[in-house]
Amino acid sequence: MKELICIVCPNGCHLRVDEEKDYLVTGNACPRGAEYGKTELQNPVRVITSTVRCRGGAYPRCPVKTNRPVPKGKIWSVMEAMEQVSLSAPVKIGDVVIENICGTGADLVATRNMEKEN
Amino acid sequence: MYDLIVVGGGPAGLAAALAAWEKGLRKVLIVERDRELGGILNQCIHNGFGLHHFKEELTGPEYAGRFISMVRSTGVEIRLDTMVLEVTRDKKVRMVGKLTGYREEQAKTIILAMGCRERTRGAIAIPGTRPAGVFTAGAAQRYVNMEGWLPGKRVVILGSGDIGLIMARRMTLEGAKVLACVEVMPYSGGLNRNIVQCLQDFDIPLYLSHTVTEIRGEKRVEQVVVSRVDEKRRPIPGTEMVFDCDTLLLSVGLIPENELTRQAGIAIDPRTNGPMVYENMEVSVPGIFACGNVCHVHDLVDNVSAESLRAGEAAAEYVRNGDRAGQTLTVKNGPGVSYTVPQKIRREGVKKNCGIYFRVNRVCRDSEILVTSGETLIAKYNRSHLAPGEMEHIVLPGVLLNKAEGEISLSVREA
Repeated sequence: MKELICIVCPNGCHLRVDEEKDYLVTGNACPRGAEYGKTELQNPVRVITSTVRCRGGAYPRCPVKTNRPVPKGKIWSVMEAMEQVSLSAPVKIGDVVIENICGTGADLVATRNMEKEN
Repeated sequence: MYDLIVVGGGPAGLAAALAAWEKGLRKVLIVERDRELGGILNQCIHNGFGLHHFKEELTGPEYAGRFISMVRSTGVEIRLDTMVLEVTRDKKVRMVGKLTGYREEQAKTIILAMGCRERTRGAIAIPGTRPAGVFTAGAAQRYVNMEGWLPGKRVVILGSGDIGLIMARRMTLEGAKVLACVEVMPYSGGLNRNIVQCLQDFDIPLYLSHTVTEIRGEKRVEQVVVSRVDEKRRPIPGTEMVFDCDTLLLSVGLIPENELTRQAGIAIDPRTNGPMVYENMEVSVPGIFACGNVCHVHDLVDNVSAESLRAGEAAAEYVRNGDRAGQTLTVKNGPGVSYTVPQKIRREGVKKNCGIYFRVNRVCRDSEILVTSGETLIAKYNRSHLAPGEMEHIVLPGVLLNKAEGEISLSVREA
């Protein structure tokens, strides 16, 4: 039996998840909580947001995100992979920075426009 | 002569200018002191923005980017690198800009959208030496996310509001060791989802009912001392913990930035530290409006946008129809409620409904929000969970306001 706080909405239900009963969730006020409890224990996922190096723009860093949630266990390899790339302005929101990052099926994409500065 | 001058090009100013344009104003100017539009959202690179407004989860720069493109597609004029020095009651705006120098512009209406700034070490008076290495969380966020500097390697964070929590995760991802997040209250001021995603995911301890009682170090922070506090928030001797660290981040509250407002003699509400506003976001001077964090500090940018769209629409209506007169109701905060926005409602100004934002002053479960006028109960709303860190909103049907006399009061009754 595991206890966790649901992060789906501000209610913050205190969930109890029973691994031995096929991840049965109790303490949830809604079905979304049940789903969160199940995934959180079996395969917790997060969207990762960070920055990568960028040359020629207004700022030396360009913000990025994984365009879908990736397994929590991959956070550090995703961070490592970001260190290896460098963009050049101009960059547009949604530009793919790394495809299928670390084999997660998610693309790393730019989250701001970075115009070229003279 | 401008129809409207908007002071500030962050999320509030952008939404306000956009709404005014859509309601027909054609001479609209946004004045922004930074080099680009978007305000604080540009450094909030995490996601979770836009769930209400755009029905999808965006990062801060993406959310700002959408509004910037919408504004850029209109004829709204934008002056960047320009600081407003003074706003007058007869709607002159004095400013100084990098390209334009000193200018005085006349407007028919003004929208104040200057946002807020962080409380600093001085505001909370932490004893100890005064070394380098003490940053507000937002300053650190700008260094890390935009300028590309990591402010420190071993970090203690004071305050568990959302910015503090977000920075705990951010500093960790960038290779710093976050030793503790310290909160003086017995509960966190941040959202539960941030406690889980930002602290628990990275095994960062949260010390509730604790505070920093000393900063040590000569040139750079070397240690901070953390003590437990009693129910009156006084440090308890003998409970000191010493952390070896080089950085202290402060996430200890935000203050609406109202120097221009005060200078113009606009009435300020001491509960919000923002201007008193009517139901249409108009301040005590007719034709001047305020919206976003300059009015009251919001948790969600989606609420800022909603509020600012209303301010922009109201400014357009003012240009067309002039002053809004009529009978005024004062909105008071009763037991359990710390403030309301708006603070005053003009009955004639309420079309169908009147939205009221407010905060409660303690954590409550299974409660009723009561709207009363004198002895009369006007409306009642149920909530299963209320917390000071989460802004609340009720929508009052306009017809119910007819039952009110002179004032209405909001209070919380816990079951």
